[in-house]
Amino acid sequence: MVFDKDITGHLEDKAKALRKNVVMSIGANYPGHIGGSFSAADIMAALYFHKMKHDPKNRYMPDRDRLVLSKGHIAILQYAALAEAGYFPIEELANTKKLSSFLQGHPDLIKSGEYGVEAGTGSLGQGLSIGVGMAYGLRMDNISCKVYVILGDGELAEGQVWEAAMAANTFKLDNLVAVADKNDKQAQGAVKDRFDLGGIPEKWKAFGWHVIEINGHDMADVLKGLYAADKIKGKPSVIIASTVKGKGLDIAEAHPAGMHNASLTKEQYDQAIATFGGRA
Amino acid sequence: MSLTNQRVAYGQALVDLGRENNDIVVLDADLGSSTMGRMFENEFPQRHIEVGIAEANMTSMSAGLALIGKIPFVNSFAVFASGRAFDQIRQSIAIGNVNVKIVGSSAGLSDFGDGATHQSVEDIAIMRSLPNITVLSPCDPNEAYQATIAAAKHKGPVYLRINRTDFPSVTKADAPFVIGQPVVMKEGSDVAVLATGYMVRLALEAAQSLEGKVSVKVVNIHTIKPLCQEKLLTAIGDCKAVVTAEEHSLIGGLGSAVAEALRGNPLPMEFVGINDVFGRSAHNYEELMEYFGLTSGNIEQAVLKLKVLGITKD
Repeated sequence: MVFDKDITGHLEDKAKALRKNVVMSIGANYPGHIGGSFSAADIMAALYFHKMKHDPKNRYMPDRDRLVLSKGHIAILQYAALAEAGYFPIEELANTKKLSSFLQGHPDLIKSGEYGVEAGTGSLGQGLSIGVGMAYGLRMDNISCKVYVILGDGELAEGQVWEAAMAANTFKLDNLVAVADKNDKQAQGAVKDRFDLGGIPEKWKAFGWHVIEINGHDMADVLKGLYAADKIKGKPSVIIASTVKGKGLDIAEAHPAGMHNASLTKEQYDQAIATFGGRA
Repeated sequence: MSLTNQRVAYGQALVDLGRENNDIVVLDADLGSSTMGRMFENEFPQRHIEVGIAEANMTSMSAGLALIGKIPFVNSFAVFASGRAFDQIRQSIAIGNVNVKIVGSSAGLSDFGDGATHQSVEDIAIMRSLPNITVLSPCDPNEAYQATIAAAKHKGPVYLRINRTDFPSVTKADAPFVIGQPVVMKEGSDVAVLATGYMVRLALEAAQSLEGKVSVKVVNIHTIKPLCQEKLLTAIGDCKAVVTAEEHSLIGGLGSAVAEALRGNPLPMEFVGINDVFGRSAHNYEELMEYFGLTSGNIEQAVLKLKVLGITKD
Protein backbone atom coordinates (compact mmCIF):
# COMPACT_ATOMS: atom_id res chain seq x y z
CA MET A 1 0.00 0.00 0.00
CA VAL A 2 1.37 3.39 -1.01
CA PHE A 3 0.33 6.53 0.83
CA ASP A 4 0.14 9.96 -0.65
CA LYS A 5 2.94 12.19 0.60
CA ASP A 6 0.24 14.72 1.50
CA ILE A 7 -1.21 12.25 4.00
CA THR A 8 2.04 11.12 5.58
CA GLY A 9 3.38 14.68 5.60
CA HIS A 10 0.24 15.94 7.29
CA LEU A 11 0.45 13.19 9.92
CA GLU A 12 4.13 13.85 10.51
CA ASP A 13 3.20 17.47 11.22
CA LYS A 14 0.50 16.27 13.58
CA ALA A 15 2.97 14.01 15.40
CA LYS A 16 5.26 17.00 15.81
CA ALA A 17 2.36 19.03 17.17
CA LEU A 18 1.52 16.23 19.62
CA ARG A 19 5.09 16.21 20.90
CA LYS A 20 4.89 19.97 21.35
CA ASN A 21 1.57 19.61 23.16
CA VAL A 22 3.10 16.99 25.46
CA VAL A 23 5.93 19.37 26.33
CA MET A 24 3.38 22.12 26.97
CA SER A 25 1.38 19.91 29.29
CA ILE A 26 4.46 18.97 31.31
CA GLY A 27 5.90 22.47 31.50
CA ALA A 28 9.27 23.18 33.06
CA ASN A 29 10.63 21.74 36.29
CA TYR A 30 7.77 19.29 36.80
CA PRO A 31 7.92 15.58 36.01
CA GLY A 32 5.93 14.00 33.21
CA HIS A 33 6.04 10.83 31.11
CA ILE A 34 7.94 12.21 28.16
CA GLY A 35 9.70 9.05 26.97
CA GLY A 36 6.73 6.73 26.42
CA SER A 37 4.67 9.60 25.01
CA PHE A 38 7.25 10.37 22.36
CA SER A 39 7.71 6.72 21.37
CA ALA A 40 3.97 6.42 20.71
CA ALA A 41 3.42 9.90 19.25
CA ASP A 42 3.54 8.91 15.58
CA ILE A 43 1.14 6.03 16.12
CA MET A 44 -1.18 8.28 18.10
CA ALA A 45 -1.13 10.88 15.31
CA ALA A 46 -1.95 8.23 12.69
CA LEU A 47 -4.84 6.94 14.78
CA TYR A 48 -6.49 10.21 15.79
CA PHE A 49 -5.87 12.19 12.61
CA HIS A 50 -6.34 9.56 9.96
CA LYS A 51 -7.30 6.02 10.85
CA MET A 52 -9.84 6.32 13.61
CA LYS A 53 -13.45 7.24 13.00
CA HIS A 54 -14.33 9.77 15.68
CA ASP A 55 -15.86 13.22 15.96
CA PRO A 56 -15.28 15.72 18.76
CA LYS A 57 -18.63 17.31 17.89
CA ASN A 58 -20.39 13.98 18.26
CA ARG A 59 -18.36 12.55 21.10
CA TYR A 60 -20.59 9.57 21.83
CA MET A 61 -21.50 8.41 18.33
CA PRO A 62 -22.08 4.69 18.74
CA ASP A 63 -19.91 3.50 15.86
CA ARG A 64 -16.84 5.56 16.69
CA ASP A 65 -13.56 3.72 16.91
CA ARG A 66 -12.36 3.41 20.50
CA LEU A 67 -8.86 3.98 21.82
CA VAL A 68 -7.97 2.43 25.17
CA LEU A 69 -4.67 3.65 26.50
CA SER A 70 -3.52 0.66 28.49
CA LYS A 71 -0.16 2.34 29.14
CA GLY A 72 -2.15 5.02 30.94
CA HIS A 73 0.91 6.85 32.21
CA ILE A 74 1.23 8.48 28.79
CA ALA A 75 -2.14 10.17 29.31
CA ILE A 76 -0.47 13.43 28.28
CA LEU A 77 -0.04 12.07 24.77
CA GLN A 78 -3.72 11.19 24.54
CA TYR A 79 -4.64 14.62 25.92
CA ALA A 80 -2.29 16.16 23.36
CA ALA A 81 -4.20 14.37 20.59
CA LEU A 82 -7.66 15.07 22.00
CA ALA A 83 -6.89 18.77 22.36
CA GLU A 84 -5.36 18.90 18.90
CA ALA A 85 -8.48 17.19 17.53
CA GLY A 86 -10.73 19.75 19.20
CA TYR A 87 -12.21 17.90 22.17
CA PHE A 88 -11.10 20.74 24.44
CA PRO A 89 -8.99 23.90 24.14
CA ILE A 90 -5.25 23.37 23.75
CA GLU A 91 -4.65 25.92 26.51
CA GLU A 92 -6.07 23.42 29.02
CA LEU A 93 -3.00 21.20 28.50
CA ALA A 94 -0.93 23.59 30.60
CA ASN A 95 -3.25 22.76 33.53
CA THR A 96 -2.64 19.00 33.33
CA LYS A 97 -2.48 17.43 36.81
CA LYS A 98 -3.45 20.72 38.49
CA LEU A 99 -6.07 20.32 41.20
CA SER A 100 -8.56 22.38 39.21
CA SER A 101 -8.12 20.47 35.94
CA PHE A 102 -10.08 17.58 34.44
CA LEU A 103 -6.80 16.30 33.01
CA GLN A 104 -5.62 13.75 35.57
CA GLY A 105 -2.23 12.06 35.77
CA HIS A 106 -3.83 8.98 34.23
CA PRO A 107 -6.93 8.75 31.98
CA ASP A 108 -10.02 9.29 34.12
CA LEU A 109 -13.50 8.45 32.85
CA ILE A 110 -15.48 10.62 35.22
CA LYS A 111 -13.38 13.75 34.81
CA SER A 112 -12.32 13.42 31.18
CA GLY A 113 -14.85 11.05 29.62
CA GLU A 114 -16.76 13.84 27.92
CA TYR A 115 -13.48 15.07 26.42
CA GLY A 116 -12.73 11.81 24.65
CA VAL A 117 -11.21 9.44 27.21
CA GLU A 118 -12.77 6.00 26.65
CA ALA A 119 -11.52 4.00 29.64
CA GLY A 120 -9.92 4.49 33.02
CA THR A 121 -6.42 3.08 32.93
CA GLY A 122 -3.20 3.41 34.84
CA SER A 123 -2.85 0.13 36.67
CA LEU A 124 -0.88 -1.60 33.93
CA GLY A 125 -2.19 -4.73 32.26
CA GLN A 126 -5.90 -3.98 32.37
CA GLY A 127 -6.48 -2.04 29.15
CA LEU A 128 -6.47 -5.02 26.81
CA SER A 129 -9.15 -6.69 28.91
CA ILE A 130 -11.25 -3.54 28.75
CA GLY A 131 -10.73 -3.52 24.99
CA VAL A 132 -11.81 -7.18 24.80
CA GLY A 133 -15.04 -6.28 26.61
CA MET A 134 -15.66 -3.33 24.30
CA ALA A 135 -14.98 -5.35 21.16
CA TYR A 136 -17.22 -8.15 22.39
CA GLY A 137 -20.05 -5.76 23.24
CA LEU A 138 -19.79 -3.91 19.92
CA ARG A 139 -19.97 -7.16 18.02
CA MET A 140 -23.03 -8.21 20.02
CA ASP A 141 -24.68 -4.98 18.91
CA ASN A 142 -23.56 -5.43 15.28
CA ILE A 143 -21.75 -2.12 15.44
CA SER A 144 -18.96 -2.01 12.92
CA CYS A 145 -15.91 -0.23 14.29
CA LYS A 146 -12.49 -0.92 15.76
CA VAL A 147 -11.14 -0.96 19.28
CA TYR A 148 -7.48 0.02 19.53
CA VAL A 149 -5.53 -0.71 22.69
CA ILE A 150 -2.09 0.79 23.15
CA LEU A 151 0.26 -1.15 25.40
CA GLY A 152 3.85 -0.66 26.44
CA ASP A 153 6.40 -3.42 26.05
CA GLY A 154 7.36 -3.30 29.73
CA GLU A 155 3.65 -3.70 30.44
CA LEU A 156 3.66 -7.07 28.69
CA ALA A 157 5.11 -8.55 31.89
CA GLU A 158 1.65 -8.16 33.47
CA GLY A 159 -0.06 -11.56 33.42
CA GLN A 160 -3.49 -10.10 32.79
CA VAL A 161 -2.37 -9.02 29.31
CA TRP A 162 -2.07 -12.68 28.40
CA GLU A 163 -5.40 -13.59 29.96
CA ALA A 164 -6.89 -10.93 27.71
CA ALA A 165 -4.88 -12.16 24.73
CA MET A 166 -6.28 -15.67 25.20
CA ALA A 167 -9.80 -14.29 25.57
CA ALA A 168 -9.57 -12.21 22.38
CA ASN A 169 -8.40 -15.27 20.50
CA THR A 170 -11.12 -17.49 21.96
CA PHE A 171 -13.76 -14.91 21.05
CA LYS A 172 -12.23 -14.32 17.58
CA LEU A 173 -12.35 -10.56 18.04
CA ASP A 174 -11.23 -9.22 14.68
CA ASN A 175 -12.53 -5.77 15.64
CA LEU A 176 -9.77 -5.54 18.25
CA VAL A 177 -6.30 -4.26 17.47
CA ALA A 178 -3.55 -4.13 20.06
CA VAL A 179 -0.62 -1.82 19.46
CA ALA A 180 2.50 -2.70 21.41
CA ASP A 181 4.78 0.31 21.66
CA LYS A 182 8.05 -1.61 21.75
CA ASN A 183 10.46 1.10 22.84
CA ASP A 184 12.66 -1.45 24.66
CA LYS A 185 12.79 0.58 27.85
CA GLN A 186 10.88 0.51 31.09
CA ALA A 187 11.07 2.82 34.09
CA GLN A 188 14.26 1.31 35.51
CA GLY A 189 16.13 0.83 32.26
CA ALA A 190 16.27 -1.47 29.24
CA VAL A 191 13.48 -4.06 29.24
CA LYS A 192 15.89 -6.83 28.23
CA ASP A 193 18.24 -6.08 31.12
CA ARG A 194 15.60 -5.54 33.78
CA PHE A 195 13.21 -8.37 32.92
CA ASP A 196 13.63 -10.27 29.70
CA LEU A 197 10.27 -10.75 28.01
CA GLY A 198 11.67 -13.11 25.41
CA GLY A 199 10.22 -13.15 21.92
CA ILE A 200 7.34 -10.73 21.78
CA PRO A 201 6.01 -11.53 18.27
CA GLU A 202 6.35 -15.26 19.02
CA LYS A 203 4.31 -14.88 22.18
CA TRP A 204 1.43 -13.11 20.41
CA LYS A 205 1.50 -15.67 17.61
CA ALA A 206 1.37 -18.48 20.15
CA PHE A 207 -1.67 -16.80 21.68
CA GLY A 208 -3.44 -16.92 18.34
CA TRP A 209 -3.02 -13.32 17.22
CA HIS A 210 -2.15 -12.03 13.79
CA VAL A 211 1.15 -10.20 14.20
CA ILE A 212 2.13 -7.13 12.21
CA GLU A 213 5.57 -5.63 12.79
CA ILE A 214 6.25 -2.02 11.89
CA ASN A 215 8.65 0.83 12.40
CA GLY A 216 6.62 3.01 14.74
CA HIS A 217 8.27 6.20 13.55
CA ASP A 218 7.83 5.70 9.82
CA MET A 219 4.41 7.14 9.07
CA ALA A 220 3.87 5.15 5.90
CA ASP A 221 4.76 1.97 7.78
CA VAL A 222 2.44 2.91 10.65
CA LEU A 223 -0.44 3.42 8.23
CA LYS A 224 0.38 0.24 6.39
CA GLY A 225 0.23 -1.69 9.66
CA LEU A 226 -3.08 -0.15 10.70
CA TYR A 227 -4.69 -0.93 7.35
CA ALA A 228 -3.24 -4.43 7.31
CA ALA A 229 -5.04 -5.13 10.59
CA ASP A 230 -8.38 -4.23 8.92
CA LYS A 231 -7.97 -7.10 6.50
CA ILE A 232 -7.57 -9.80 9.16
CA LYS A 233 -10.79 -11.69 9.80
CA GLY A 234 -11.62 -14.17 12.54
CA LYS A 235 -8.78 -13.27 14.89
CA PRO A 236 -7.39 -10.22 16.67
CA SER A 237 -4.33 -8.38 15.39
CA VAL A 238 -1.40 -6.92 17.22
CA ILE A 239 0.84 -4.28 15.73
CA ILE A 240 4.27 -4.48 17.26
CA ALA A 241 5.80 -1.10 16.72
CA SER A 242 9.55 -0.79 17.06
CA THR A 243 10.06 2.63 18.56
CA VAL A 244 12.60 4.76 20.37
CA LYS A 245 11.72 5.93 23.83
CA GLY A 246 11.88 9.72 23.89
CA LYS A 247 11.89 9.86 20.08
CA GLY A 248 12.46 13.36 18.77
CA LEU A 249 14.12 14.85 21.82
CA ASP A 250 17.87 14.24 21.96
CA ILE A 251 18.20 14.31 25.75
CA ALA A 252 15.34 11.82 26.08
CA GLU A 253 16.66 9.45 23.44
CA ALA A 254 20.06 9.45 25.16
CA HIS A 255 18.63 8.84 28.63
CA PRO A 256 19.00 5.24 29.96
CA ALA A 257 15.24 5.02 30.61
CA GLY A 258 14.31 7.38 27.77
CA MET A 259 13.22 10.04 30.30
CA HIS A 260 10.45 7.76 31.51
CA ASN A 261 9.00 10.24 33.99
CA ALA A 262 11.27 13.22 33.99
CA SER A 263 11.25 16.99 34.15
CA LEU A 264 12.72 19.55 31.81
CA THR A 265 14.66 22.56 32.96
CA LYS A 266 13.35 25.90 31.69
CA GLU A 267 16.11 25.92 29.12
CA GLN A 268 15.34 22.37 27.98
CA TYR A 269 11.65 23.22 27.86
CA ASP A 270 12.23 26.26 25.63
CA GLN A 271 14.46 24.21 23.40
CA ALA A 272 11.92 21.40 23.13
CA ILE A 273 9.13 23.81 22.25
CA ALA A 274 11.38 25.32 19.59
CA THR A 275 12.19 21.83 18.25
CA PHE A 276 8.54 20.89 17.85
CA GLY A 277 7.10 24.35 17.41
CA GLY A 278 7.58 24.70 13.67
CA ARG A 279 3.89 24.16 13.26
CA ALA A 280 1.02 24.47 15.70
CA MET B 1 -43.51 -19.17 45.40
CA SER B 2 -40.94 -18.71 48.14
CA LEU B 3 -37.35 -19.39 47.18
CA THR B 4 -35.08 -21.57 49.30
CA ASN B 5 -31.59 -20.92 47.96
CA GLN B 6 -29.92 -17.56 47.30
CA ARG B 7 -27.89 -18.84 44.35
CA VAL B 8 -30.95 -20.20 42.63
CA ALA B 9 -32.87 -17.03 43.42
CA TYR B 10 -30.06 -15.01 41.88
CA GLY B 11 -29.97 -17.24 38.80
CA GLN B 12 -33.74 -16.95 38.42
CA ALA B 13 -33.52 -13.16 38.73
CA LEU B 14 -30.86 -13.09 36.00
CA VAL B 15 -33.11 -15.09 33.70
CA ASP B 16 -36.08 -12.81 34.41
CA LEU B 17 -33.91 -9.72 33.87
CA GLY B 18 -32.56 -11.23 30.66
CA ARG B 19 -36.09 -11.63 29.30
CA GLU B 20 -36.92 -7.97 29.67
CA ASN B 21 -33.55 -6.39 28.94
CA ASN B 22 -31.27 -7.38 26.07
CA ASP B 23 -28.37 -5.49 27.62
CA ILE B 24 -28.04 -7.91 30.52
CA VAL B 25 -24.90 -10.03 30.03
CA VAL B 26 -23.43 -12.57 32.43
CA LEU B 27 -19.77 -13.58 32.80
CA ASP B 28 -18.45 -16.68 34.48
CA ALA B 29 -14.96 -18.04 35.11
CA ASP B 30 -15.75 -21.75 35.01
CA LEU B 31 -17.99 -21.61 38.09
CA GLY B 32 -21.33 -21.19 36.35
CA SER B 33 -22.93 -24.26 37.88
CA SER B 34 -22.04 -22.93 41.34
CA THR B 35 -22.84 -19.26 40.80
CA MET B 36 -25.97 -20.24 38.83
CA GLY B 37 -24.79 -18.15 35.93
CA ARG B 38 -25.54 -21.45 34.21
CA MET B 39 -29.27 -20.78 34.51
CA PHE B 40 -28.79 -17.64 32.42
CA GLU B 41 -26.46 -19.43 30.03
CA ASN B 42 -29.11 -22.07 29.36
CA GLU B 43 -31.70 -19.42 28.46
CA PHE B 44 -29.48 -16.89 26.73
CA PRO B 45 -26.30 -18.58 25.48
CA GLN B 46 -25.49 -15.59 23.26
CA ARG B 47 -25.38 -13.27 26.25
CA HIS B 48 -23.43 -15.49 28.58
CA ILE B 49 -19.65 -15.22 28.35
CA GLU B 50 -17.41 -17.97 29.62
CA VAL B 51 -14.03 -16.31 30.12
CA GLY B 52 -12.07 -19.29 31.36
CA ILE B 53 -10.41 -19.42 34.74
CA ALA B 54 -9.18 -15.83 34.55
CA GLU B 55 -10.98 -13.54 36.97
CA ALA B 56 -8.76 -10.51 36.44
CA ASN B 57 -9.51 -10.43 32.72
CA MET B 58 -13.19 -11.15 33.36
CA THR B 59 -13.50 -8.18 35.68
CA SER B 60 -11.78 -5.61 33.47
CA MET B 61 -13.56 -7.07 30.45
CA SER B 62 -16.88 -6.42 32.16
CA ALA B 63 -15.90 -2.76 32.40
CA GLY B 64 -15.42 -2.71 28.62
CA LEU B 65 -18.84 -4.30 28.11
CA ALA B 66 -20.44 -1.74 30.42
CA LEU B 67 -18.76 1.09 28.51
CA ILE B 68 -20.58 -0.16 25.40
CA GLY B 69 -23.87 0.01 27.31
CA LYS B 70 -24.20 -3.57 28.54
CA ILE B 71 -25.17 -4.39 32.13
CA PRO B 72 -22.66 -7.10 33.04
CA PHE B 73 -23.10 -9.42 36.01
CA VAL B 74 -19.68 -10.84 36.89
CA ASN B 75 -19.75 -14.10 38.81
CA SER B 76 -17.23 -15.84 40.97
CA PHE B 77 -16.85 -17.02 44.54
CA ALA B 78 -16.85 -14.01 46.85
CA VAL B 79 -13.18 -14.47 47.78
CA PHE B 80 -12.11 -14.32 44.14
CA ALA B 81 -14.70 -11.82 42.94
CA SER B 82 -13.66 -9.30 45.57
CA GLY B 83 -10.13 -10.38 46.37
CA ARG B 84 -8.36 -11.72 43.34
CA ALA B 85 -9.92 -9.06 41.14
CA PHE B 86 -9.70 -6.23 43.66
CA ASP B 87 -7.38 -4.06 41.60
CA GLN B 88 -9.46 -4.64 38.47
CA ILE B 89 -12.58 -3.56 40.37
CA ARG B 90 -10.80 -0.54 41.77
CA GLN B 91 -9.09 0.63 38.59
CA SER B 92 -11.31 -0.51 35.74
CA ILE B 93 -14.69 -0.12 37.46
CA ALA B 94 -14.92 1.87 40.69
CA ILE B 95 -12.84 4.94 39.82
CA GLY B 96 -14.87 5.44 36.66
CA ASN B 97 -18.19 4.54 38.34
CA VAL B 98 -18.70 1.94 35.62
CA ASN B 99 -22.01 0.07 35.60
CA VAL B 100 -20.80 -3.44 36.51
CA LYS B 101 -22.45 -5.82 38.97
CA ILE B 102 -19.93 -7.98 40.82
CA VAL B 103 -21.51 -11.00 42.42
CA GLY B 104 -19.67 -12.68 45.25
CA SER B 105 -21.13 -16.17 45.42
CA SER B 106 -20.52 -18.81 48.11
CA ALA B 107 -19.92 -15.90 50.46
CA GLY B 108 -19.01 -16.05 54.13
CA LEU B 109 -18.60 -19.61 55.42
CA SER B 110 -21.27 -21.01 53.13
CA ASP B 111 -18.77 -22.98 51.05
CA PHE B 112 -18.21 -24.90 54.28
CA GLY B 113 -16.24 -27.85 52.89
CA ASP B 114 -13.64 -25.93 50.89
CA GLY B 115 -11.98 -24.20 53.82
CA ALA B 116 -10.14 -20.92 54.29
CA THR B 117 -9.12 -20.43 50.65
CA HIS B 118 -12.74 -20.41 49.52
CA GLN B 119 -14.53 -18.77 52.44
CA SER B 120 -14.84 -14.98 52.39
CA VAL B 121 -14.47 -13.35 55.77
CA GLU B 122 -13.26 -10.02 54.39
CA ASP B 123 -15.18 -9.31 51.17
CA ILE B 124 -17.53 -6.75 52.72
CA ALA B 125 -14.61 -4.87 54.24
CA ILE B 126 -12.65 -4.60 51.03
CA MET B 127 -15.63 -3.85 48.81
CA ARG B 128 -17.07 -1.15 51.02
CA SER B 129 -13.69 0.56 51.23
CA LEU B 130 -14.02 1.51 47.56
CA PRO B 131 -15.73 4.80 46.72
CA ASN B 132 -18.68 4.58 44.28
CA ILE B 133 -19.54 0.94 45.08
CA THR B 134 -22.90 -0.12 46.49
CA VAL B 135 -22.63 -3.22 48.69
CA LEU B 136 -25.68 -5.48 49.00
CA SER B 137 -26.03 -8.43 51.36
CA PRO B 138 -29.53 -9.89 51.10
CA CYS B 139 -30.87 -11.87 54.04
CA ASP B 140 -32.59 -14.76 52.30
CA PRO B 141 -33.40 -16.25 48.90
CA ASN B 142 -36.45 -14.05 48.27
CA GLU B 143 -34.44 -10.97 49.05
CA ALA B 144 -31.52 -12.18 46.92
CA TYR B 145 -33.93 -12.20 43.99
CA GLN B 146 -35.12 -8.67 44.74
CA ALA B 147 -31.57 -7.42 45.35
CA THR B 148 -30.50 -8.71 41.93
CA ILE B 149 -33.35 -6.86 40.25
CA ALA B 150 -32.48 -3.71 42.21
CA ALA B 151 -28.78 -4.05 41.33
CA ALA B 152 -29.63 -4.20 37.63
CA LYS B 153 -31.77 -1.08 37.85
CA HIS B 154 -29.16 0.84 39.87
CA LYS B 155 -26.72 2.83 37.75
CA GLY B 156 -23.19 2.24 38.95
CA PRO B 157 -21.07 -0.56 40.36
CA VAL B 158 -22.66 -2.98 42.82
CA TYR B 159 -21.17 -5.78 44.89
CA LEU B 160 -23.79 -8.42 45.69
CA ARG B 161 -23.11 -11.05 48.35
CA ILE B 162 -24.72 -14.45 47.82
CA ASN B 163 -24.85 -17.43 50.20
CA ARG B 164 -24.34 -20.92 48.83
CA THR B 165 -26.53 -23.03 51.12
CA ASP B 166 -30.23 -23.88 51.21
CA PHE B 167 -32.33 -22.06 53.78
CA PRO B 168 -35.90 -20.81 53.79
CA SER B 169 -36.88 -17.22 53.23
CA VAL B 170 -37.97 -14.97 56.07
CA THR B 171 -39.08 -12.14 53.78
CA LYS B 172 -42.07 -12.25 51.48
CA ALA B 173 -41.39 -12.89 47.82
CA ASP B 174 -42.93 -9.54 46.86
CA ALA B 175 -41.38 -7.48 49.67
CA PRO B 176 -40.07 -4.21 48.22
CA PHE B 177 -36.29 -3.87 48.07
CA VAL B 178 -34.99 -0.32 48.30
CA ILE B 179 -31.21 0.07 48.17
CA GLY B 180 -30.00 1.80 51.34
CA GLN B 181 -33.15 1.18 53.35
CA PRO B 182 -32.83 -0.73 56.65
CA VAL B 183 -35.80 -3.05 57.11
CA VAL B 184 -37.36 -3.57 60.53
CA MET B 185 -38.18 -7.28 60.62
CA LYS B 186 -39.46 -7.36 64.18
CA GLU B 187 -40.37 -4.53 66.54
CA GLY B 188 -38.75 -4.18 69.96
CA SER B 189 -37.79 -1.42 72.35
CA ASP B 190 -34.68 -2.42 74.31
CA VAL B 191 -31.93 -3.66 72.04
CA ALA B 192 -31.78 -3.39 68.26
CA VAL B 193 -30.04 -6.28 66.52
CA LEU B 194 -28.76 -5.05 63.17
CA ALA B 195 -28.04 -8.11 61.09
CA THR B 196 -27.10 -8.87 57.51
CA GLY B 197 -27.32 -11.92 55.27
CA TYR B 198 -27.96 -15.29 56.85
CA MET B 199 -27.61 -13.75 60.34
CA VAL B 200 -30.99 -12.02 60.00
CA ARG B 201 -32.90 -15.24 60.49
CA LEU B 202 -30.70 -16.11 63.48
CA ALA B 203 -31.40 -12.67 64.92
CA LEU B 204 -35.13 -13.32 64.58
CA GLU B 205 -34.70 -16.62 66.44
CA ALA B 206 -32.70 -14.89 69.17
CA ALA B 207 -35.35 -12.19 69.55
CA GLN B 208 -38.04 -14.82 69.90
CA SER B 209 -36.02 -16.77 72.43
CA LEU B 210 -35.51 -13.64 74.55
CA GLU B 211 -39.21 -12.77 74.42
CA GLY B 212 -40.37 -11.72 77.90
CA LYS B 213 -36.84 -11.02 79.05
CA VAL B 214 -35.58 -8.42 76.61
CA SER B 215 -37.54 -6.59 73.95
CA VAL B 216 -35.37 -7.11 70.88
CA LYS B 217 -35.88 -5.27 67.63
CA VAL B 218 -34.45 -6.94 64.52
CA VAL B 219 -33.30 -4.78 61.65
CA ASN B 220 -32.19 -6.26 58.34
CA ILE B 221 -29.29 -4.29 56.89
CA HIS B 222 -29.37 -5.58 53.32
CA THR B 223 -27.41 -2.57 52.10
CA ILE B 224 -24.05 -2.30 53.82
CA LYS B 225 -23.16 0.69 51.67
CA PRO B 226 -24.49 3.32 51.48
CA LEU B 227 -25.43 3.23 55.14
CA CYS B 228 -27.21 6.45 56.02
CA GLN B 229 -27.00 7.61 59.63
CA GLU B 230 -30.47 9.12 59.62
CA LYS B 231 -32.14 5.99 58.26
CA LEU B 232 -30.18 3.86 60.70
CA LEU B 233 -31.23 5.99 63.68
CA THR B 234 -34.84 5.89 62.51
CA ALA B 235 -34.69 2.10 62.31
CA ILE B 236 -33.07 1.81 65.76
CA GLY B 237 -35.77 4.11 67.14
CA ASP B 238 -36.08 4.02 70.92
CA CYS B 239 -33.75 1.09 71.45
CA LYS B 240 -31.00 1.89 73.86
CA ALA B 241 -28.28 -0.39 72.56
CA VAL B 242 -27.20 -2.07 69.36
CA VAL B 243 -25.92 -5.53 68.46
CA THR B 244 -24.57 -6.18 64.98
CA ALA B 245 -24.51 -9.68 63.52
CA GLU B 246 -22.67 -10.75 60.38
CA GLU B 247 -21.09 -13.78 58.75
CA HIS B 248 -17.87 -11.86 58.19
CA SER B 249 -14.80 -10.67 60.04
CA LEU B 250 -15.41 -8.20 62.84
CA ILE B 251 -12.83 -6.01 61.11
CA GLY B 252 -14.38 -3.79 58.50
CA GLY B 253 -17.74 -5.48 58.07
CA LEU B 254 -21.27 -4.58 59.13
CA GLY B 255 -20.30 -3.84 62.74
CA SER B 256 -17.63 -1.40 61.64
CA ALA B 257 -19.97 0.17 59.11
CA VAL B 258 -22.68 0.65 61.72
CA ALA B 259 -20.22 2.08 64.26
CA GLU B 260 -18.98 4.52 61.64
CA ALA B 261 -22.48 5.49 60.59
CA LEU B 262 -23.60 6.04 64.19
CA ARG B 263 -20.65 8.23 65.13
CA GLY B 264 -21.74 11.18 67.22
CA ASN B 265 -24.64 9.14 68.60
CA PRO B 266 -23.11 7.06 71.35
CA LEU B 267 -25.09 3.86 71.76
CA PRO B 268 -23.62 0.86 73.58
CA MET B 269 -22.69 -1.76 70.97
CA GLU B 270 -21.88 -5.42 70.82
CA PHE B 271 -20.62 -7.27 67.77
CA VAL B 272 -21.30 -10.80 66.57
CA GLY B 273 -18.94 -11.84 63.79
CA ILE B 274 -15.76 -13.72 63.00
CA ASN B 275 -12.91 -12.79 65.29
CA ASP B 276 -10.10 -11.93 62.88
CA VAL B 277 -9.40 -15.47 61.74
CA PHE B 278 -9.78 -17.30 58.44
CA GLY B 279 -12.38 -19.99 57.93
CA ARG B 280 -11.77 -23.74 57.88
CA SER B 281 -13.36 -26.86 56.47
CA ALA B 282 -16.34 -28.56 58.05
CA HIS B 283 -18.82 -31.19 56.96
CA ASN B 284 -21.79 -28.92 57.35
CA TYR B 285 -22.62 -25.24 57.45
CA GLU B 286 -24.30 -25.17 60.87
CA GLU B 287 -21.34 -26.85 62.54
CA LEU B 288 -18.99 -24.27 61.07
CA MET B 289 -21.21 -21.33 62.02
CA GLU B 290 -21.32 -22.65 65.58
CA TYR B 291 -17.53 -23.07 65.65
CA PHE B 292 -17.07 -19.41 64.74
CA GLY B 293 -19.70 -18.16 67.17
CA LEU B 294 -22.35 -17.32 64.61
CA THR B 295 -25.53 -18.78 66.13
CA SER B 296 -28.75 -17.35 67.50
CA GLY B 297 -27.34 -18.24 70.93
CA ASN B 298 -24.33 -15.99 70.30
CA ILE B 299 -26.67 -13.16 69.39
CA GLU B 300 -28.68 -13.76 72.58
CA GLN B 301 -25.48 -13.61 74.64
CA ALA B 302 -24.50 -10.35 73.00
CA VAL B 303 -27.91 -8.87 73.79
CA LEU B 304 -27.68 -10.05 77.37
CA LYS B 305 -24.21 -8.57 77.74
CA LEU B 306 -25.72 -5.20 77.01
CA LYS B 307 -28.37 -5.96 79.59
CA VAL B 308 -25.57 -6.10 82.18
CA LEU B 309 -24.98 -2.46 81.43
CA GLY B 310 -28.37 -1.80 83.04
CA ILE B 311 -29.94 -0.65 79.83
CA THR B 312 -32.53 -3.34 79.43
CA LYS B 313 -35.27 -4.23 81.86
CA ASP B 314 -34.92 -7.26 84.18
